[in-house]
Amino acid sequence: MNHLLIAPLLLPLLTAVLLIFLSGRPLVLIRSISILATTLLLAVAIALLQIANDGQIRLYALGNWMPPFGIVLVLDRLSALMLVVTAVLALASLIYAARGTDGPGDKLHAMVQFLLLGVNGAFLTGDLFNLFVFFEVLLIASYALLLHGRGAERARAGLHYVVINLAGSALFLIAVSALYGITGTLNMADLAVKIAQLDPADAPIAATAAVLLLVVFGLKAAIAPLYFWLPRAYASASAPVAALFAIMTKVGVYTIVRTYTLIFGDSAGELANLALPWLWPLALITLALGLLGALAARELRIQIAYLVVVSVGTLLAGVALNTEAALAASFYYLIHSTWICGALLGSLFFIAAVSVIGLPPLSGFIGKLLLLSAAGTQGNAIWLWVLLLAGSLTTLMALSRSGSTFFWRGEGDVVSVENRINVDAGKPMAQKGELLAVIGLLLCILMITLGASAVLDYTQALAQQLLSPEAYIQAMHEFTAIEGN
Amino acid sequence: MEALIALVIGVLVSCGVYLLLRARTFPVIIGLTLLSYGVNLFIFVMGRLRTGVPPVVSKGDTSLSTTLNYTDPLPQALVLTAIVIGFAMTAFLLVLALRARAELGNDHVDGTAGLGEKPVIPARPLAEDEV
Repeated sequence: MNHLLIAPLLLPLLTAVLLIFLSGRPLVLIRSISILATTLLLAVAIALLQIANDGQIRLYALGNWMPPFGIVLVLDRLSALMLVVTAVLALASLIYAARGTDGPGDKLHAMVQFLLLGVNGAFLTGDLFNLFVFFEVLLIASYALLLHGRGAERARAGLHYVVINLAGSALFLIAVSALYGITGTLNMADLAVKIAQLDPADAPIAATAAVLLLVVFGLKAAIAPLYFWLPRAYASASAPVAALFAIMTKVGVYTIVRTYTLIFGDSAGELANLALPWLWPLALITLALGLLGALAARELRIQIAYLVVVSVGTLLAGVALNTEAALAASFYYLIHSTWICGALLGSLFFIAAVSVIGLPPLSGFIGKLLLLSAAGTQGNAIWLWVLLLAGSLTTLMALSRSGSTFFWRGEGDVVSVENRINVDAGKPMAQKGELLAVIGLLLCILMITLGASAVLDYTQALAQQLLSPEAYIQAMHEFTAIEGN
Repeated sequence: MEALIALVIGVLVSCGVYLLLRARTFPVIIGLTLLSYGVNLFIFVMGRLRTGVPPVVSKGDTSLSTTLNYTDPLPQALVLTAIVIGFAMTAFLLVLALRARAELGNDHVDGTAGLGEKPVIPARPLAEDEV
């Protein structure tokens, strides 16, 4: 067993505990520990990405309890990629927050570390109930982060967010325990095996559980009828928190991909691919409604929150196509959209970020182009063409409208872009650290644009790995055979 | 016994959902609590209902060899986790609801007082030590 696999969980956990004990000490100490730990986390994530890049699936049995009864962490290409995306975004948000938006008090850094624990755990775990536990960890950290600071708007949006997620957790538990009731296991690989050999009489229960899971993950990912909590919550959070929340919808997308390729994938017998007929129309509706929301939004941050919804719709359309090329394109787009939404939400309005959103030479363009070429022109795919292309135009229109009202709002003197940003944030001076964080994120986006072929090779291999769940199940069996003795 | 338990879960969940759809925060919290009771019972029952049988079988014990003679311990562990998490979340939600009432001046879930209704207490910003 490679012990590096548990580092993405231990590092944020220990840092968070340390930061709680350091509460009350000079803020500079807390900030530097938090940023240092996140930098380390990024290094660990990159190391794991390199390890996972050989195509093998690695497992880590917690407490050396063997699967299917013990809980395992699983590292494959997908989870490694998600870890890196999370760490980059978290580092940028923390650098941004360290310039003064982490107040009042000094608890924000500890809560961000707890959030990272939950997010990393959700990406790494190979056990369905453990996934629920990590969801709750990331949710309770996100509740606290969302409400951090004061304001009636935050309390209002927070109440909706908390209640809807608690209801979602109840549904998640029902689905998980129903699956346990008929299969007797919670390990994802073992579930995949058991679902494939399911007694036809039990199939309706398993199907119900599967669709319930889709509802829960759809709620997290903000798919069509379940996204109404998102714009208000994201728009009312403080800037670094909103930027960090860009990863939260991707956790939902990740779990959808994981569950419906591994457990209810091609080999699931009667229940094979049962979510796909739902995903395709839902993705397109999400895309369309997100675009309308972005056009209709009267506040910039609400508009950007709707762009998060748009990116979820685009991603899910790629997932619903369920081909290797489409999945590869989706994951390329996922990296791009997480970072770009983070940059946009974090900096309120940053001219460079706006120009990136859908314009040709940059990564958003590559992602969409690949997705369209993967979709082809047969049958239903035409709707994706219409929505995605009309969508890019709509996004451009919406953003240029808000850009023009923002920058040419008659306030007398010509003010530099930098100062304008900070006028809006209610600060007198340009804050170099905040710009540094946003520019850092944009540089990362530039990197995945310039290194697109390397990134695409990786996502291509990732999609291949996802679509052959046998390898995952095989890895679990071999692991038990070798380590169990 | 199965029918009775199923009925109890059904009543708990339907009451929970009904209360969850109310417009005031207090019924919503009670609704979520009832819902989580129903869900917890459901998890517990997924290990099948058996009375008077042990959850742990020792190695040499042949009298308990069939699955009929022992009760599944895993759902009991799961339900324990779910209860703890649900309890913490309810506590958090209660504090949040109180804060929303203080900041918004009423206990409507949308933060707006109903038609023809005066705010219960005037909205006031929280003091520094209350955050």
